[in-house]
Amino acid sequence: MLEITNLHASIEDDGTEILKGINLSVAAGEVHAIMGPNGSGKSTLASVLAGRGGYDITQGSVSFQGEDLLDMDPDVRAREGLFLAFQYPVELPGVNMATFLRHAVNSIREHRGQDELSAVDFLKLMKEKAAFVNLDPSLRSRAVNEGFSGGEKKRNEIFQLAMLEPKLAVLDETDSGLDIDALRVVSDGVNQLRAADRSFVVITHYQRLLEYIVPDHVHVLMGGRIVKSGGAELAHKLEEHGYDWIKDEAVVA
Amino acid sequence: MSERQTIESRLLETWESRAGSAMNGRLHDGRELAMARFREAGIPAKSEAWKYTPIRRILERMPLLSLGAAAEGDTLSAADVAAFAIDGLDAFRVVLVNGRFRADLSDLAGLPAGVRILDLRNAASDPAVVEHLDGTGQEARDAFAELNSAFVQDGMVVVVDAGIVLERPVFIQHVLTAGSPALIQPRLLGVFGKDSQARIVEVCRTIGQDHVLTNAMSEFHTATGAVIDHVRVIDEHKDAVHINSLRSYQEGGSTFSTNVITVSAGVVRNQSYFLPDGENCETHLSGFYLGQNGAHIDNHTLVDHAKPECYSNELFKGILSNKAIGVFNGKVLVRQDAQKINAYQSNKSVILDDTARMYSKPELEIYADDVRCSHGATTGELDQEAMFYLQTRGIRKDDARLILLEAFAADVLDRIRLDAVRDHVDALIRRRLSQN
Ligand SMILES: Nc1ncnc2c1ncn2[C@@H]1O[C@H](COP(=O)(O)OP(=O)(O)OP(=O)(O)O)[C@@H](O)[C@H]1O
Ligand SMILES: [Mg+2]
Repeated sequence: MLEITNLHASIEDDGTEILKGINLSVAAGEVHAIMGPNGSGKSTLASVLAGRGGYDITQGSVSFQGEDLLDMDPDVRAREGLFLAFQYPVELPGVNMATFLRHAVNSIREHRGQDELSAVDFLKLMKEKAAFVNLDPSLRSRAVNEGFSGGEKKRNEIFQLAMLEPKLAVLDETDSGLDIDALRVVSDGVNQLRAADRSFVVITHYQRLLEYIVPDHVHVLMGGRIVKSGGAELAHKLEEHGYDWIKDEAVVA
Repeated sequence: MSERQTIESRLLETWESRAGSAMNGRLHDGRELAMARFREAGIPAKSEAWKYTPIRRILERMPLLSLGAAAEGDTLSAADVAAFAIDGLDAFRVVLVNGRFRADLSDLAGLPAGVRILDLRNAASDPAVVEHLDGTGQEARDAFAELNSAFVQDGMVVVVDAGIVLERPVFIQHVLTAGSPALIQPRLLGVFGKDSQARIVEVCRTIGQDHVLTNAMSEFHTATGAVIDHVRVIDEHKDAVHINSLRSYQEGGSTFSTNVITVSAGVVRNQSYFLPDGENCETHLSGFYLGQNGAHIDNHTLVDHAKPECYSNELFKGILSNKAIGVFNGKVLVRQDAQKINAYQSNKSVILDDTARMYSKPELEIYADDVRCSHGATTGELDQEAMFYLQTRGIRKDDARLILLEAFAADVLDRIRLDAVRDHVDALIRRRLSQN
């Protein structure tokens, strides 16, 4: 599904290297968790995968379903089946949720060779998927994310994920800002979307989320590198001991 | 003799040669006075009010313009102007070709009693014209207003008597033939009686591509309790220069709204003066400008709050790209006795590339102490973070751009309350944005 090989990325403006040789392989149907201290490069990795501007890829490659991901524009990546749930979802004043999602759903459907959804079918789909993450119906008629609470924004990301049915979803700290009930709802949503042909990369600071969304693999990202990988139990160890022990290990290695 | 005549002396010569055919009575005196004032003022060369729109240079670059060229539109048929209709707009229709009232192309069937729509040429002695033509905004007169008054002849008059609610809007189609260099000076007078209601929609379009200078002037007199809604859409070609002076006079307790949508390819200057001359007036003034490919669009407004307890709300927004220039100069003046004024003003522009420019100057001048006023201006690029967000949802870059620009324009276009006009303007703007 996703094959990241020796990926180096720097900030375009000043050349500061943030990602310093990432290797990661995600097979179809797998859930990978990425953990790591603040500023270690987790969101940068997600941004580079989604195609955000402002970064130079200085080395390495990313293949997605066998194709060169880095060669595609962000919208093409999305139509090919990549989805990023933003750590900080963007407010779009004046852009109505339905207009926004209709454009999104239909451009992805067109790419997949499917017909445009009729207005009626689209609204039905919206209603169904909103119920799925308990998104307040009134939010569906508002401007995208504008004035949404922190938790509502995160729910809205998962709602969009459910609408767009990607092949690979990268969730960047979707759990932060969610209360325990919301966390359960969002996790349930993600779990229902798990499928043999759909993979997830879940970025989080908290073991809590991984109680609900049980990962196949856990990776620790520090200083722009994946310094440790393991199974679900690694998350427990990080929760208990923090990252210092890995730092020491990494220095020794 | 090869020495070039000045614009003023050329205009004066033309004016003198036509003085004999001028209209009679008061209008004639008014024209003498206006010409004298025009000569005194002259076309501005260096002036604060025209700082970013060097009008003298712009006019000097134009070829010799003929007043007589207006006649070339006299043979235009209904089929020639059919393309300029607005789908779904059920309205009384007036067609002005090169400023001239064309009764044969207009449709005023069913005009209710108490409403008069007249050719200005035949209306010189109409009481509304006698009382109100050149009746407002003497304070804000400038060379172009004087020039229009000096030549005043063509145009139209709308009179809505007291208490009449005109359900169907009045749709005024301004058509310029632009087949040869022309100077067109249409005049519009609207006189709205006590507690009357009316909606006026103007659309300015051109057929040919030759140089045309429009020096238009509109006067609106809105009596107590009247509610008037005005929209003007200016969509002209590259070699059209359009100066449009609007004077709005309101009696107490009236509401006047105007929205000017400019999508021209040439030069446009909308200069508007608002005088809410009584308590409890509401004045809504707004505009949208889409400047592309070297267009130059200048919106100049003055709201003169001389009386207390009034409300004014001003919103101008625009999108500029490819060497276009936008200018906004909005002044709100709150005089000493005008207590308890609520006045809001905002100008926002999006610049799509670094060849376009916006000059924005919002001004508040307040002499009263118990008022609530705010003003602000922002000019920026399209939000890159928002663009990225839309793209990560599979939306193509061009579509994402259009979605964001339409969202940006939405609140000012929402002020157009006639659905058919709103749809027409939406489609027009979408078409232009997608071409770029
Ligand atoms: N576009 C940018 N411009 C400047 N600095 C950047 C940019 N992108 C990332 N950085 C820097 O790179 C480092 C990694 O940032 P990143 O957001 O990827 O961290 P993170 O692991 O997601 O942290 P957190 O857990 O706080 O979300 C930080 O020092 C950040 O300031
Ligand atoms: Mg982050």
